[in-house]
Parts: sequence; structure tokens; C-alpha cells
Amino acid sequence: MSTDAPVKSEKSEVEIGAYKYGFHDPTENYAFKSRKGLDAQIVRQISEMKKEPAWMTEFRLDSLAIFESRPMPNWGGDMSDLNFQDIFYYMKASQEQGKSWDDVPDDIRKTYDRLGIPEAEKKYLAGVKAQYESEVVYGSLQEDLAKQGVIFTDTDSALQEHPDLFREYFGTVIPPGDNKFAALNSAVWSGGSFIYVPKGVKIEFPLQAYFRINSQNMGQFERTLIIVDEGASVHYVEGCTAPTYSSDSLHSAVVEIIVKRGARCRYTTIQNWSNNVYNLVTKRAMAYGDSLMEWIDGNLGSKLTMKYPAIWLMEPGARGETLSIAFAGEGQHQDAGAKMVHCAPNTSSRIISKSISKKGGRSSYRGLVKVHKDAVNCRSNVVCDALILDPASRSDTYPYIEVEEENVAIEHEASVSKIAEEQLFYLMSRGLSEAEASAMIVTGFIEPLVKELPMEYAVELNKLIELQMEGSVG
Amino acid sequence: MSSVLKISNLHVSVGETPILRGVNMEIRQGEIHALMGPNGSGKSTLAYALAGHPNYTVTEGSIEIDGVNITEMEADARARLGMFLAFQYPVVIPGVKVADFLRHAVTNVRNPDRKEGEGLIGMREFRKEIRERMTELGMDQEFARRYLNDGFSGGEKKRMEILQLAMLQPKFAILDETDSGLDSDAVRVVSEGIAKLSGPQMGVLIITHHERLLEANPPQYTHVMLGGRIVETGDASLAHDLHANGYAEIRARHPDASADNAKAEAAAV
Repeated sequence: MSTDAPVKSEKSEVEIGAYKYGFHDPTENYAFKSRKGLDAQIVRQISEMKKEPAWMTEFRLDSLAIFESRPMPNWGGDMSDLNFQDIFYYMKASQEQGKSWDDVPDDIRKTYDRLGIPEAEKKYLAGVKAQYESEVVYGSLQEDLAKQGVIFTDTDSALQEHPDLFREYFGTVIPPGDNKFAALNSAVWSGGSFIYVPKGVKIEFPLQAYFRINSQNMGQFERTLIIVDEGASVHYVEGCTAPTYSSDSLHSAVVEIIVKRGARCRYTTIQNWSNNVYNLVTKRAMAYGDSLMEWIDGNLGSKLTMKYPAIWLMEPGARGETLSIAFAGEGQHQDAGAKMVHCAPNTSSRIISKSISKKGGRSSYRGLVKVHKDAVNCRSNVVCDALILDPASRSDTYPYIEVEEENVAIEHEASVSKIAEEQLFYLMSRGLSEAEASAMIVTGFIEPLVKELPMEYAVELNKLIELQMEGSVG
Repeated sequence: MSSVLKISNLHVSVGETPILRGVNMEIRQGEIHALMGPNGSGKSTLAYALAGHPNYTVTEGSIEIDGVNITEMEADARARLGMFLAFQYPVVIPGVKVADFLRHAVTNVRNPDRKEGEGLIGMREFRKEIRERMTELGMDQEFARRYLNDGFSGGEKKRMEILQLAMLQPKFAILDETDSGLDSDAVRVVSEGIAKLSGPQMGVLIITHHERLLEANPPQYTHVMLGGRIVETGDASLAHDLHANGYAEIRARHPDASADNAKAEAAAV
């Protein structure tokens, strides 16, 4: 029999309905702050500050031209309030990156203490990167991994220290012309993680990156590049938070992953931006023969998220899996999903998506399964499920399936979005309060997904969902 | 002193549609009442209204337990006062284990003043108790680990309702067609379960179309509902008579209620 803890065994110290990470630090002592707005001069300035080679400056300027030439997407979420000229594109809070937490400026270190990062590092992480505004302020990697040739550094350092490896892969998975926001990131990117796992090296504990926006009207554009060489494996985890401000911030990342033959990569995101952040992210992995790529994507925060982690299955035997969970509360729109592109025979993919909407929040599943001609014997299975906690909230499903080959097996199951009123009444008629009943329904709803997470992240995700639920009952 | 559930002149609407048109009933702990009536007469509406479903609006009249007016109370507050509804269609709650749910429910009902977030009843005593109840009801221990009603057969769902009844030990239990859709074995198990559980501490309102449930649990009172009101009340023989002869005579004796019932039946089609 189950001995599990109750849904809510203790009251958190947080105010009901409050966002736990909404605090911010002073910004007067920043090492550098660009002026607001975006143009070629700002792009050049960023590149100069970073002492980049000429090819990267050119790459950035070309990307800016693409960004400027593209219209805003006319689908997904409402971005009419997003003003690209009202944003700071580059801010450097501290001069140097710390190798120990003691090297990190006090204010910033305290922030990460409050987020629990140094503690988690001691307990169960193989390496940590902490990005604050535009730059990585702290980095660590277990020594034995470094000795085996593992590279885990910030993307700017990788450009300086591993120029050939960098140039071989950078921009190959997501070129600047892919979409307007990929072009924007390519023009002004800063920070992010660069990981190289050599052939056959299996990293047992996760590598974690933590992204923090601190300033108002800040734009964070990290750029992550992960190369998992043949037979190697890695689990990378990212978390993100920001202070609550009355005006909006923008987070627009690009994540490129190459998973070579027989390798494994799992990428877990627990996105918990405050409700004034536009989160417009392009993530794509290329999976080669007999490899496995997994995205685990939890979207709890932000004002608007548009994110569809993609996996291109490039060679026979490649497998792709995406588990996605979205929680849209008051004033939030989570437009999330997944893309699976079968480019080779005998490839398989699975998408499991769950969304929860409450208090007028809106969640959409947007997904694509594409099978190219001659990619025979492919299998794909898509399951999406939506939970709506009250009649003011909304959920939509936009599944796209493009199949150019007949000999394939594609399954799509979308459960009808149902308001949880009858479930609430059933539990309440047994003596559970409305808050207890909704928390129990939501926890149960995401249970199959949380089961897939490593213990620490499952606990973290449940905690975040509980916090989200606390504000749900008036 | 035995508790009393008192329903006075109860009018209930769903949306803009009036369904109950002045129901009066009094149930004491230890009594068994049967509620019968044709489709659309309002039996399930009465059950939901008593349990406090938010979509069932009381427009007139009152529901009281021992003089406390519960008409405006939320469903959870009523449960803590001793009200229980065994659902005709128990709701599936995926991912929520029976044991976790029931431990929460039992804690709240036994400690009605418990503040949210305070501790639950002890795991060991709870486990022992649920095991015993499951054994008595002939249920596999595996049930406690399953997700609530998820993938349950019709019979399993109804048995789960009876297990909840056994664990929560309410003062008043409303059984809404607990015998519907079951094969005869399942009906027997459910009937015997109720017979075992009901006693001087429980007032029972059995809503049924069938006779078998009443054979194991003979009612002291039988109420006949038509057009949203109780048109006749008798003893166990009335239930027997209705099973044998149907509602034709009742309809003939109560033409106004019969007309309202016909409207409700037409609207339901």
C-alpha cells in the first residue's frame, strides 16, 4: 500500500499565490549595460566586448538583417505588446566568471543561494553553470570528467577556447534563417552552455545550468550547443527564474544538440519565469543512428511561452521522445508542444504532452510529426491530455501530421479537454477542501510524467505545481 | 440522541430549469428510506442537491442536519457533518491512489476542525483499517494502490463507493442507483455490504429501480417521486407494489406531477 506523503503536508513559507522567485538585486554596480534597443551598432558592441573573431561579428550582423526582414509570426500567442526597442540586449553584472561561489559578487551569490543551486551542486550534480543576465557568472565541472575530455563551459568561452569544434557545429542545427527569433538570438546571443561529451563517456550525474534574469526590460539570449559523441551519454538540466516587474522582459534562447551514433542525451527544462517574461525559444536536436534524444520540458512560468522542442531523426534506429508539461495560470499563455521529423527508415518517436489551465490561463498543444519520403517503417505515438480547472480557462490542440511515406505507423490520441468540475465535486463530497481537491487532481494528472523524472526534479516540479495551485482558490 | 436530516420544501434548479418542486423528507439515523420514481422525476437531483453539487441551485426551502442549516454549505463541509453520496457514476481521478485519497478524506471527516496542511491520521492505523474493510467487502488489497476508479469495471467502481462508505462512516448515506448496471453477483455483494454497514448509526436513502437492494435492506419508508415532488409515502410494501405494477396508477392519481414529469422526460431526450 502506498505510504506517500499527503498532497500538501506542510504550508510553505510563501504567501498564498505569490511567485517565490520574484525578488531582485540592485543593478548600479553592473560591469556593463548596453543602451536600450537593437541595431547594428549594439550588435557590433556586443561582439567587440566579447573580443570575437570577425566571422562571428559577420554572422551576428547577417542574422540581424534576417531578423529585421522577417515579419512577426501571425500564429501562436499575442505579442502585440512586445517592443523590441524597449529592451536591454546586453548586461554584464560582474567582470569575471567565478570558479568558486566565493568569487561571485555577494548580491548575485545570495540570489543563487536562495534558489538552492550551491546546495544542489553539492548533492547531485556533476557540473553547474549559472547565468545572470547576459553572462555566466559561475561554472564548475567535476575534475574526473574534465580529465576524460568532457567540456562544459559557457558558449562564449567555447568560441575562444575551442574555436574549431565550435565552428564545426555552431548554427548547423538551427541556422539564423530558421525563424525570426532564431535570427534574433543569432544576432545578440550571449552566454548559454557548451557541452562536448567524448566518444563512449557516460556522465552519470546531471549537468545543470541555471538562468536568471534580474533587471527590468532585460533580454536574455543564451545560446546552447551540446555535442554528444558516439556512444556517449549526458543529462542536462536547466532552470530559469526572474523577478516580477510591471514591464516585460524577453527570453529568446537557441539550443542546438547533436546526438551521434549510439549516444544518448536527455535535456530537462523546468521553466519558471515570472509572469512578465516572453519566452520564445527554439530548440532542436539531430539524432543519428541508434541514438536516443529526450526532451523533458516543464513550462510553469512566463507570460507567453512559444516553444516546440524538435528532434530530427537522421539515421536508422534513431529514437526521439518528448515529455512536455504546461501549466497556465492567470494571465499566462503556454503555447508549447513538440516536433518529430523522421528523415530515415526505422526511426521512432513518442510525444506525451499534458497541460493544465486555471484562472483564465490558456494552454495550447502545438505539435508536428513529419515523415519524409522513403523513411519506411517509422513509428510515432502522440498522446496529449488537457486539464481545465475552471470554465474561465482554455485549452487547444493543434496537431500537424505530414506523412510522405505510406509504410509507417502513426498514432495520435488527444483526450477531450474536460473541465475538472466533476472531479472536484467528487473529492469534495468526501471531505476534501477545494484547494486539497484541486491539488490532488493536478498532482495525479501529471503523475505519469513526474514518474519519468529523476527524484530531485520530480520533487522540485511537484513543489512548483503546489505553489502554482496555492493561488488557485479564492 | 439520534441525528436527523430534514429536507423542507426543497426547490432545486439546474441552470434555469426547475427540477425539484418542494420536496419534504425526514431521515433519522438508523432508518432506511427507499426513493423510487420514473426517469426524470428528480431522484438524482435530490441526491446531488443534498451532497452540495455546485450546479444544483436551491431556489427555495432548506436542508438541515440536527437543526443546522446546510443549504448553502460546500460539499466538503457537508461531508464533515456526516453526509455521504454513493455516486451512480463514480468519477475517475487518474494518478490519485485510492489509499492516498481515502487517508485524506478520512482525516478530514474524522477531524472536522483540521486546518489545511495539518497532519493526516497515522499511516499504520489507517492501513490496518482499510485492509480490514477491504477484506470484509471481499476486495483485493491491490485496490488501495490503484488510481481512483481508473480502469475499474462497473462493479469495481460501485464496490469502491461502498468501501468509502465503510471508511467514512457517515451519519447519512445516499445511495444513488448503486445497483444499476451490475450483474447479479455484484448486486449481491453491494447489497450485503450496505446491510453490514447500515445500523443504528446510519440513516440511509436508497435510490433504486430494482428490488434486490431493498430485499437485503428492507426500508421502513418508501417515497415515490414524480415531477420533482414526493407524491406518496408508504412502507416496504409500496416498493414491492411499484416493482410489480409500475407507475401507471401513481401517474393517474397525480395528474399535475405527472405532467411536470412528462415535460422533464421529453427535455431529457
